[in-house]
Amino acid sequence: MAVKTYLQAISDGLRQEMQRDKRVYVIGEDIGVYGGAFKVTQGFQEEFGAWRVIDAPLSETAIVGSCTGAAIMGLRPVAEMQFADFISCAWDQLVTVAAKQRYRAGTAVPIVVRLPSGGGFSGGPFHSQNPESSFAHIPGLKIVCPATPADAKGLLVSAIEDPNPVLYFEHKHLYRRIKDEVPDERYTVPLGKARVHREGDDVTVVTWGAMVYTADEAAKQLESDLSVEIVDLRSLSPWDKEAVLTSVEKTSRALVLHEDTRTGGFGAEIVATIMEESFESLDAPVKRVAAPDTPVPFSPPLEKKFIPQVEDVLAGLRDLAEY
Amino acid sequence: MATETAVDVVMPQMGVSVSEGTITKWLKSGGEEISADEPLLEISTDKVDTEVPSPATGTLQEILSQEGETVAVGTKIAVISPEGAPAAEAADVPEPATAQAAAESEDASGAEGETATAEPAQEAEPGPAETAEARPSPQPPPAGDGRGDKAFVSPVVGRIAAEHSVDVTQVEGTGRGGRVTKKDILAFIDSGGAKETPAPAQEPAPPEAHAKPAERAPEPATVQAATPAAPQAGETVEPMTPMRKGIAEHMRRSLDTAAHVTTTFEVDMARVVAAREKLKREFQEKHGVKLTYLPLIARATIDTIGDWPWMNAEVRGDSIVVKQYVNLGIAVALEGGKGLIVPVIKSTEGLNLLGLTRAIIAIADRARSKKLLPDDVQGGTFTITNPGGFGAIHGTPIISQPQVAILDVEALVKRPVVVTDDDGNDSIAIRPMMNLCLSYDHRLVDGAYAAQFMRDLRERLQTWDESAY
Repeated sequence: MAVKTYLQAISDGLRQEMQRDKRVYVIGEDIGVYGGAFKVTQGFQEEFGAWRVIDAPLSETAIVGSCTGAAIMGLRPVAEMQFADFISCAWDQLVTVAAKQRYRAGTAVPIVVRLPSGGGFSGGPFHSQNPESSFAHIPGLKIVCPATPADAKGLLVSAIEDPNPVLYFEHKHLYRRIKDEVPDERYTVPLGKARVHREGDDVTVVTWGAMVYTADEAAKQLESDLSVEIVDLRSLSPWDKEAVLTSVEKTSRALVLHEDTRTGGFGAEIVATIMEESFESLDAPVKRVAAPDTPVPFSPPLEKKFIPQVEDVLAGLRDLAEY
Repeated sequence: MATETAVDVVMPQMGVSVSEGTITKWLKSGGEEISADEPLLEISTDKVDTEVPSPATGTLQEILSQEGETVAVGTKIAVISPEGAPAAEAADVPEPATAQAAAESEDASGAEGETATAEPAQEAEPGPAETAEARPSPQPPPAGDGRGDKAFVSPVVGRIAAEHSVDVTQVEGTGRGGRVTKKDILAFIDSGGAKETPAPAQEPAPPEAHAKPAERAPEPATVQAATPAAPQAGETVEPMTPMRKGIAEHMRRSLDTAAHVTTTFEVDMARVVAAREKLKREFQEKHGVKLTYLPLIARATIDTIGDWPWMNAEVRGDSIVVKQYVNLGIAVALEGGKGLIVPVIKSTEGLNLLGLTRAIIAIADRARSKKLLPDDVQGGTFTITNPGGFGAIHGTPIISQPQVAILDVEALVKRPVVVTDDDGNDSIAIRPMMNLCLSYDHRLVDGAYAAQFMRDLRERLQTWDESAY
C-alpha cells in the first residue's frame, strides 16, 4: 500500500472508476484543461478525452441538470462543484429533480456531486461553508463526508456505484495535510457505516470530516485523564445510528462536534436521536460543539474563533467529564 | 366556583413504560387535612413502589380507589378540597336552574372527566397561583429530598439504581455539586454497597412477583422500543396483562443472563409407580390428600440436591451463593393457558412426603384461586416444572432467575426397554418410563456435575425406598 494524500486518494479513486467503467464521466468548472481548482482531475482530459472530462460553463444548474438527465439515460456522471458553497445555484435541479426522480418515476439517478467544502484558509463566506445539513434534510439524497484518504477513495467508489444522487463532501483542509496508506486496488467503503476512529470508555465524540482530527488532538491531550471514543460518521445520510448509540450506551456521555454552524446543524439530529433512543444510558446532557450562527469570516483570527478548535473541544470534554 | 374547584389526585406516571399502578396504602383518610407535597398514599407499579405527595393543601374530600385497587395512569383516585373551600361546598354541584344550565353542567363535567387523565381538571380554567404550583409534577422528584444538588439523578444512574435497588442518596457523588455519576454508582455497587440495602433488594424478583416488583430490572430495550403495529385484517390485538409482561421480561432476562444447557435422563419409574399405588389410598383415606407423582419426584430431587449443593445456588456478581435450604418453586399453569406462576414452598428439606404433598396442593390451589401472597412467590432456590401432565416428553425449560437449575418432569409413558437381569441376560420389557430434563446455568454448573446430579436422582427414583420417606 502506498501512502497518499487525501486529494490523491480521491483523484486515484476517480481515475480507476473511469478506467473500468466507460459510463463514468466528470464535468465541472475548469476541471478539464486546468485540471480543477484543486487539481483533483489533473491529467484526466489527456487520459480520457474531452468528452469524458467536460469543462462546463459557469452554471451549477446546468452541470447538475445535465448530470441528472445523463444519469437517467444510463450514464454515471461525477460533477465537481468548484466550491461546495456554489451548490446553492443547483438546488432546484438537485432537490426538486434528482432527489425525487426515483420516487416520482422509479428511475435511478446515479450521480455524484463532489463538493470541496470547509474552511481554515481565510476563504471567507463563499468558499468555506459546510452545507451538509441542508441536504441531509432532503429525502432522496445521500451524503458522505470522508475524513481519511482510505475512506475518501472507498466512499467515492461506493458513491459512484450507488443508484441515488450522492453528495460527496471532500474537506479542502484535508486535501494535502492528511496522508495515509491507501490500497492500490479497487475497494468500497459502505455508505451509512461509521468508523470508530479512536476507542475510549468515558466520553463519545461524534463527528466527521476535518473535525475528526480536531477531536483526535483533543483526545490525545486528555489521554491521561479521560478516555475518549471518537466515532467518525463518514456518511450523514444515511447515518450510522447504531454505531453512535452503541458508543453512547458504553460511555453515557456524548459530545457532537461539527464545523457547520450550530442551529439546525446535523449535530442537532444526532443529539435528538441519542435523547430519543438512548435516554436511559445518559449520565450527562449531550453537548454540541459547532461554529456560531454567522457567515464564515475572512479574517484569520475571526475564522479561528469561528471554526471549532482543539481548545473548544477540550473545554467541551472537560465540562462533560466534570458533570 | 372556578377558584374553589376540587383538586383531583390522579395515578401518576412513574416511568415511560408504566401504564398502571396499584394503591398499596392510603396515608390519610377522608376528611383529614393535608398540605401540599405531604405524602398522601403509597403506590406500587411495575417499576417502583413509592409515595405520592398531595397535589394541594386542603382536606381529603373523597377517596375514589381503595387500597389494593390497580388503576390506569391518569385515573382520578381521590379529590382534595382546597384550603378555604369547605369540603361540602366543593363537592356539591349547584342545582341547575334550567334545563339549559343542566346541559351545560353535564358538558362541563364530561370535559373534566376527559381531561382528567391528561392533566388536573383545574387546568381548564386559570386557578389561583398557589393551586397551580401545588399541582403534581408529571414525574416525581428523584431519590433524595428532591431539592439539593446531589438529588439530580441522571437517566443512566436512575436505571442502574433501579436495577440494583440502590438508594442513590447513599452513594458518594463526585460529579458537579456532588451529583452521583454513573462511575460513582458502579463503584458503589462493585464495592458491595448495594448489599447494604434491605434484604428483598438482594435478589431479583421471580417473574410472578407482581405484588412486589420493585426490584425487577427494567424491560430490555427491545421490548421498550417496540411500537405495536396497528392490527391488520384477520388479526386480533389485546394488551398484555401485567403477568404476561412480567413473564416476557423475566424469560428474556433469564436467557440473557444464564448460559442455559439442558440434559435429559430416562428414568424407569416402576418402583415409584408401585410406591404411589400403595400410598395413594392411605393418603386419601387417612389424610384426605391426593397423591400425584410430583411430590415423590420432588422429594427425591430435594434429597439429591443435598449431595449436589451447586444445584441450589445463585451466581451473585463474582460470587457463588449456596443456599442451605431448598425453597422449591413449582410452576403452575393458570387456567385458560394465559399465565404461569411459580409459587415457592419454603424449606422443603424439612418436609416428609406427606408434608410436601400437602404443601404442593395448598400452594397450587392458592395460585389458581389468585390468593398467593407476595411472599409465596419469592425466594425460590430450585424449580420443578411439570408439563408431562399434558403428554410432553421433552423440554428445555428456562431457569427462574436467580436460580441456576430447573427440572422438567415429562410424561410417564410405557415403553419397550432393554432390561438386564442379575445374570447379565438382556430382554425387552414394557416399563413405565419418564424423561427428566434439567436446564442448568453453565456459568456455575458444568456438564459433569449436572449429569451426576441427574444420575443420582435417577438412581433414587429407580430404587425408590419407601421407608426413607
